[in-house]
This record gives sequence, C-alpha cells and structure tokens, in this order.
Amino acid sequence: MRDLLDVYVQQFKTTLAAQAQYRAALVIWIIGHIVDPVIYLVVWDTVARSSGGSVGTFTTGDFGAYFVLLMLVNHATFTWIMWEYEYRIRHGDLSFALLRPLHPIHADIADNVSFKLITFVFMLPIAAGLAIVFRATLPFIPGTWVVFVPALLFAFIVRFLMEWTLAMAAFWTTRVSAINQIYYVAALFLSGQVAPLSLMPFPIQVVATLLPFRWIISFPVELLPGRLTPGEALTGFAAQAVWLAIGLALLKIVWRAGVRQYSAVGS
Amino acid sequence: MSTPTIHIHDLCKTYIVSEREAGVVAALQSLVRRHTEQVVAVDGLTFDVAPGEVVGFLGPNGAGKTTTLKMLSGLLHPTAGQVTVLGYVPWKREKEFLRQITLVMGQRNQLVWDIPAIDSYELNRAIYRIPTPDYRRTLDELTDLLELGPLLRKPVRNLSLGERMKCEIAAALLHRPQVLFLDEPTIGLDVTMQRRIRTFIAEYNGRYGAAVLLTSHYMADVEALCRRVIVIHHGKLLFDGELTDLVQSFSAHKTITVQLGDCGADLQSYGDVVTCEDGYVTLRVPKSETARVTERLLADLPIIDLTVEDPPIEEVIEHVFAQEVV
Repeated sequence: MRDLLDVYVQQFKTTLAAQAQYRAALVIWIIGHIVDPVIYLVVWDTVARSSGGSVGTFTTGDFGAYFVLLMLVNHATFTWIMWEYEYRIRHGDLSFALLRPLHPIHADIADNVSFKLITFVFMLPIAAGLAIVFRATLPFIPGTWVVFVPALLFAFIVRFLMEWTLAMAAFWTTRVSAINQIYYVAALFLSGQVAPLSLMPFPIQVVATLLPFRWIISFPVELLPGRLTPGEALTGFAAQAVWLAIGLALLKIVWRAGVRQYSAVGS
Repeated sequence: MSTPTIHIHDLCKTYIVSEREAGVVAALQSLVRRHTEQVVAVDGLTFDVAPGEVVGFLGPNGAGKTTTLKMLSGLLHPTAGQVTVLGYVPWKREKEFLRQITLVMGQRNQLVWDIPAIDSYELNRAIYRIPTPDYRRTLDELTDLLELGPLLRKPVRNLSLGERMKCEIAAALLHRPQVLFLDEPTIGLDVTMQRRIRTFIAEYNGRYGAAVLLTSHYMADVEALCRRVIVIHHGKLLFDGELTDLVQSFSAHKTITVQLGDCGADLQSYGDVVTCEDGYVTLRVPKSETARVTERLLADLPIIDLTVEDPPIEEVIEHVFAQEVV
C-alpha cells in the first residue's frame, strides 16, 4: 500500500509538472466545463421566472444551487480516458504501460486527480461567483455534507471504472469516438445534466435509476441540498455499491480479453 | 548447461489484417464486406539464449523480429508455441517478470515529453519499487556511462534525438533488468552516438551479466556486440550461430585488395574489379578461387601489398536476406 501511495505521489508530481506547461489548455478545459451547466441554468432560470418563480419543486434559487453543484460534481468525476485510449491503441503507446509492473489504471487515476487538483483552484471561486449571480439557495445541513463526500467519491470511482472499461472497446474497434459520443449523449440526459431528473418524464427517471448515470453525477447533487430522504440516500449508496462491483468485475474481464487482443501496432 | 534465460520453441504469431483495393468504391464496399487475410509474422521459431549472452537478432524489414520481441516481453500473445523468459511465461505479465526485463524501442518514447527526464525516472523508481539507495547508485552509474549529467534537468522535448535516446535507455534500465530486448536502439543516431550506445550496452552486459537480444540494421552494432546472431526471414529461422560462421556460410566471395606499383594494369581477368583508386584495386573473387587468383596476382604483377578479406558484413547480410527459407 505504501508503495502504491509512492506511485500516486510521483504520478501527481509528474502530471502537475506536465499540466503546468499547458496553461491555455487548462483554461479551455475549465471554460468548457462551465459553459454547459451555465447554459442549462440560464434556460431553467428563465423558465422558472416565466412560470411564477418555480418549476416543480425547484425555485430559481434551487436551480442556481443545482446547476452550480452539478458543474462541480461533473468536473470532479469526468474523465477523458476514451480519447486517450483511442490514441494509445492506434499508436501503440499502451505498450510502455503494459511493460510496467503496475496496472495502467493507477497512472490514469493519479493523472485525473492531479488535473482536478489544479483546476479546482479555479473552479471553486467561479462556482461561488455563479452562485452569487444566480442567487443560489443551498441550505446548510451538516448531515448531508457528511454523506456528500462518500457519495462524490463513489461517483468518481464508478464513473472512472465505467469509462475506463468502455474505452477498452478500442482494443477491438481501435476508434472509440463513436461509442464516446453515444455515451456522452446518454449521460447528458440520464445523469441530470440537462434538467434535474425529478423534472424528467417518469419513464426517463426509471431508466436513469436502473442505469449507472444517475449515481455518477445526479445523486451527490440531489443529496447535498437535502432533496433525498434517508431511505432514498441509502438506496443511492446501495446502487453505487452495486455499480462499483459491476464496474470492477467488467474492468477485470474486459482488460484480460483486451490485452489478449492487443496487437501493439505502430512500434 | 545452465537454464536458458530465453527459451522459445516452435513459436508462431499470426495476425488477421483487413485488406481492400485502393479507391473510394473499395472503401465503401469494405464497410459492408471486409476482406481479411491471415499474415504469418512468426512461423515456428525455436532458439535459446543463455544468461549473460548478447545475441544479434537479424532479418529484413517485416521478417518478424519486432513481433518476436513483443511476444518475449509479454506485449503479444503467441498464436502457438512455447516461450519462457527467466522461467516466466511472458504474456502472463507477472510483476516479478516485468521487474526483470526491459524493452527499448528505438522509435518510441516512454519519457513524459514536457518535463525533465529526472522526473520520469522518479516515477519509474516508484513503479518498479526500487529502493532509494539502489536507485541513486544506478542513476549515478547510468549518468556516468551515458554522460547524462547536463541532460537530466532539461524538458525532454528540448533534447536532440540522440540525447533523448540516451535518456530513454537510462529510463529503461533504472530497475537493472536481467534481460534487455533492444529493438533498433541506435536508429537515426549519428555515428558517435551509435558508438557510445554500443559501448554502453557492452558495459551494462559486462557489469550486470544481463542477457541481450538486439535487433539493428546497423551491422556495426552487431559486429561490436554480438558473437552470436540469429537470422530470421518471413518469420522463419534462417541461421543461428556465430557471426563468423554466418560470413563463412553465406559469403560466396572474398575481397582481395592489392596495392600496385604500376597503376595502369587491367585486373578484370583476375576477378570483378570493385574499386580502383590511388593505386589500390579491390577485386571480388569466388571463395574457391581465392588462393589461385592470389598466386597469379603475385606472380604476374608488381605488387607492393596484398590483403585477402571476407566481404563486409552488410554485403553478407544482404546475401543472406536474399535467400529463400527452405
């Protein structure tokens, strides 16, 4: 465990040093992650105002809190592994990772987390600014903050495992951009990014609950403002645990089959 | 005989590749119906490499050298046959196995492009779980042997090709592997840098007793480092033995160089004149004729000096590659 921690520390240092070289790219990523939720926030804020100040159980202040929180949770849990994987397989760059006595997922986790450590320095004040501008109302409930942290952590792990496993389709298809696009659209609707899931039609809510999308983004966002009952919160954690187990099993199976399929092209 | 470090028996690797004719129509047709073909990259290779042995692994482009190295280092699963390296089955990629081998690919980079090599080395230290004192000692040795001192703290992207290659080699050896798979480690480097890397490989082999399997298109690398060579072609074994035997087996000619007092003499009747300049004439003669031609030259002409040599190794290799596998 101490050895693995050493790897993570070194990987953090390496990624931080490499990321620091590309400040413009960092800024563009941050802007990209702000624009999407702000657009939806503006739309729903307008709809709420024109509907007498609320839509369903969401007031304009609730929408403000929801989309600002969503922006932060989405940023905390997002990965870019599908683009990376396609490149690695097409160019044979995965070979170096395979030669090392460590599963490549560790380097990717460390890489992802260190990127977030840098970008959150900018994301948090921006989120605070947006919360003020849109008059977000986020009630302070100490209990929900306590459960929010593990919910966010599980959301990150489940999303990482799922997207890493999906990215491995590149072992067979080489290009995974099309899969990535389908996944992105599904996630957009079913994870509460376009609208809070409680405002979606019932069939969509059912699908979102059965699939992992709700549990990787929407669940922590619903949890923090106290929108979930203790029973619903427990159900959420159980769903995260189930998807975590499924994600780990799939990762192991697909990785084993994928490496067997790997042809180490380009080198 | 000691247990071989590398043992392969009847090793095969077949790729399935899709093929199509050129043009847009063929591209669209391939969307519906894809033609695939089996390409046999390695076809029944068998050989052993002993501990500490340095072996040249030769063959023309597409012979199956890199595919074999990838199977030996665990990147590829063989289609058939047996392979063990240090007693491990490579494709299982056990951690203990990976800690004892390295694969250097001359055209590939493992160092992070944007940061100094020393930062990537620290990451390798952690990944390979190298104790810090060992890491420092090895890094000092590698820095000394490869003259890395001024390079380690510059971003990798700012290094020249040769400088980068030296840093890549050091990164691949920090964990002191017992088996080195070197795939064109000197490709694209100038002569001085090639020589330096060659010297380094010999030093590393001498110091740590590591087994080395080396592919290179530069015969100078092979001549300097490898007593034994394995030649493959179309995935099959063509020759496995001492480099000197390769020359004996595949060279049908000898080269006779004479220095003449009289530069005007025409030596076409003695053999093929390869070069003729500054009083030196180089002739190529059938090996079986060498003694007779030499005798005639010495009897007929005012010769100041005469040498008989095997043809250059490049020429022999070219001749070997032209052979069809039986």
